Amino acid sequence: MELKELISQKLKDNFPQVELEFSEYRSEFNVKLNKKFINPICKLLKEDSELEFLLCEDVTAVDWAKRKNRFTVVYHIFSLKHNFRLVLKADVDESDCAIDTVSSVWKTSNWQERETYDMYGIKFNNHPDLRRIYMPEEFEYYPLRKEFPLLGIPGSLSLPKK
Amino acid sequence: MDRLTKDDVHPKILQKLLEDTDITIEDALENEMILNMGPQHPATHGVLRLLLRLDGETVIGCVPDVGYLHRGYEKMAENMSYYEFIPHTDRLDYISPMANNVAWVLAVEKLAGIEVPVRAQYIRMMIAELARIASHLVAIGSFAMDVGALTVFLWTLREREKILDIWDILCGARFTNSYTRIGGVANDAQPDALAKAKWFVDQLDNNLAECEKLLNTNRIFIERLDGIGVISKEDALSYGYTGPNLRASGVEFDLRRATPYLQYDKVDFKIPTFTEGDSLARYFVRVDEVRESAKIIRQVLQLMPQGEIKSNLPKSVLPQKAEVYSKMEELIHDFMIVNFGINPPVGEVYHAIEGSKGELGFYLVSKGEGHPWRCKIRSPSFIHIQSLPHLVKGRMISDVIAIIGSIDPIMGEADK
Amino acid sequence: MGLEAKLNGDGFFVTKLDAVVAWARKNSVYPMPMGISCCAIEMMAAADPKYDIARFGSEVMRFTPRQCDLMIVAGTVTYKMSHVVKKIYDQMPDPKWVIAMGACTSSGGMYRSYSVVQGIDQFLPVDIYVGGCPPRPDNLLNALIQIQDKIGRTRARDFQNLKLPELNVIQNN
Repeated sequence: MELKELISQKLKDNFPQVELEFSEYRSEFNVKLNKKFINPICKLLKEDSELEFLLCEDVTAVDWAKRKNRFTVVYHIFSLKHNFRLVLKADVDESDCAIDTVSSVWKTSNWQERETYDMYGIKFNNHPDLRRIYMPEEFEYYPLRKEFPLLGIPGSLSLPKK
Repeated sequence: MDRLTKDDVHPKILQKLLEDTDITIEDALENEMILNMGPQHPATHGVLRLLLRLDGETVIGCVPDVGYLHRGYEKMAENMSYYEFIPHTDRLDYISPMANNVAWVLAVEKLAGIEVPVRAQYIRMMIAELARIASHLVAIGSFAMDVGALTVFLWTLREREKILDIWDILCGARFTNSYTRIGGVANDAQPDALAKAKWFVDQLDNNLAECEKLLNTNRIFIERLDGIGVISKEDALSYGYTGPNLRASGVEFDLRRATPYLQYDKVDFKIPTFTEGDSLARYFVRVDEVRESAKIIRQVLQLMPQGEIKSNLPKSVLPQKAEVYSKMEELIHDFMIVNFGINPPVGEVYHAIEGSKGELGFYLVSKGEGHPWRCKIRSPSFIHIQSLPHLVKGRMISDVIAIIGSIDPIMGEADK
Repeated sequence: MGLEAKLNGDGFFVTKLDAVVAWARKNSVYPMPMGISCCAIEMMAAADPKYDIARFGSEVMRFTPRQCDLMIVAGTVTYKMSHVVKKIYDQMPDPKWVIAMGACTSSGGMYRSYSVVQGIDQFLPVDIYVGGCPPRPDNLLNALIQIQDKIGRTRARDFQNLKLPELNVIQNN
């Protein structure tokens, strides 16, 4: 069976209650899912002996600015056995800006999620250590949101005296 | 000296002092100390801050603090066109600047669906492999310098100067050269530059053997590094390792073989893999990779065909300068591309290359405009620094420096 | 600021002493490399066998500020890092000079963004600005020669009555 059909079959068999959207763009296979099931689905993808998605390459977010679900959290995972890359997407709304963490599945997503929190303000439930990583701790804004200006807000960061 | 009163002593110690009757001075003093290896320290890996919790000289815990070089690349990418971002990609992994250019340009071409002529692909392969050699030379040199062998640093920098000379002839700048363009490369490779590249790879073997003679069987070097910073195969994959660090832990994974890009399926090279997973294995992997890259460059110089170096798509690729000054359509296209940018179709793409530190990837989201809607840079150094607390637990302070050197992070890439 | 700072006037003895002291100072400038990003690599290249910086007297690049005269700030300075740079500048003993290497330290460079300081002269007194992104090692050596000229023209009187900077020292116990 072809790999993409295998993946969609396994996901549909194990999670029948979740609605999944499969799409393909420029030879990349995308799966869109509900944010509540992200942790069990990732666990299945990693531990299944046929799929073996052992390497989590990237966890990031996109800000769409004027849509009902403002953010989309995007996961890129890679299977060394098949040399195949899969893209998972989950929509997060601004009013309920939280999603479950996958750091229990792949340890590398710890810092990636901290970076997403620092830049966008999306909280990750059950994260072992959620705090800012690039900006200083007392910074109050989230830089990569579309309403934050490129030149920054004067007075938000301090300089030493001359 | 005044006598210590009850208020000067910590309540926990006071309680212990009052309980035991035969107490020694070692019990009364707390042995744990927090040491700050600040952002400015002599190991030339940039501005990385480590907070170490020490028991005597043994490290119990470690918290890395990054962000001292955060320049806001991702936000800047949303405000400038795809062409304007090319010089910025140079400054990401600033030891191997050409490889980052190649990675960005490949991602944009995948998004826009642009085909590149074969000669340009071979030139890009050659400069990417030269960048890998330059990066590994600096990594080996500064790693040896951290451990104490100061001569090797100067010898590897001397070799690196020859590579910078090649780049100087090729495109005019020694360092942070933005040589690639969307659709090809900026100008053709001169016969001078190609001849010098051939001369360089021919004499690299001897000079590298000189450096190896100093280090490979050196008892101090081996005892300092053997068994230090061991990471197992499963942990390495779980922590997201890629590149030479992963290959030193036993996983034979190289993006040039797994998802071939450019013309890597036409050249023949081995993937050096070691199974111990310690710092010495990471050093050996890098030395072997320099030799494999030299092999690839020799084959590329033989296989490179004559031909064009930029593809001929008027709406997306900048036309040649001579035509811009003399013909009407090229002038208009040049104006439109420079001011409004190429407009790739709506969609998103992720493209990664095997950079010298690991997997360098760009995730681009396009809404059909001239500038990206979102650009995420997947930098390998950021991921590798995350695993430092796991590697240094139970080691001494001088081992911490050796481990950082063997992981080889570059803060320009880790902090974006 | 030693004995020679107490001598006033422009007599023969004082000017000759000034000249000897300035000559000794300028030919043994110890740089403190504050290497932050890409310019640091060109600074390392200025110290390698091709563009030898040791022939100008700057043989050792001591990484401790307590023993250096000249701070070469090489690389982009962000707001988070600026406090660290200022702290290290305060720890250097007088007399001290600063070279701002590269476009990023002179004026923010190509980074017009929320976290980059647009020029280190907002919090440090700078003597020489070197342009380039990154400047070639020969460019850095040119700046070093100009600093040496500047040091050669100093007089002992310039270092009298200098105000000590305020240090942020946290007194524990």
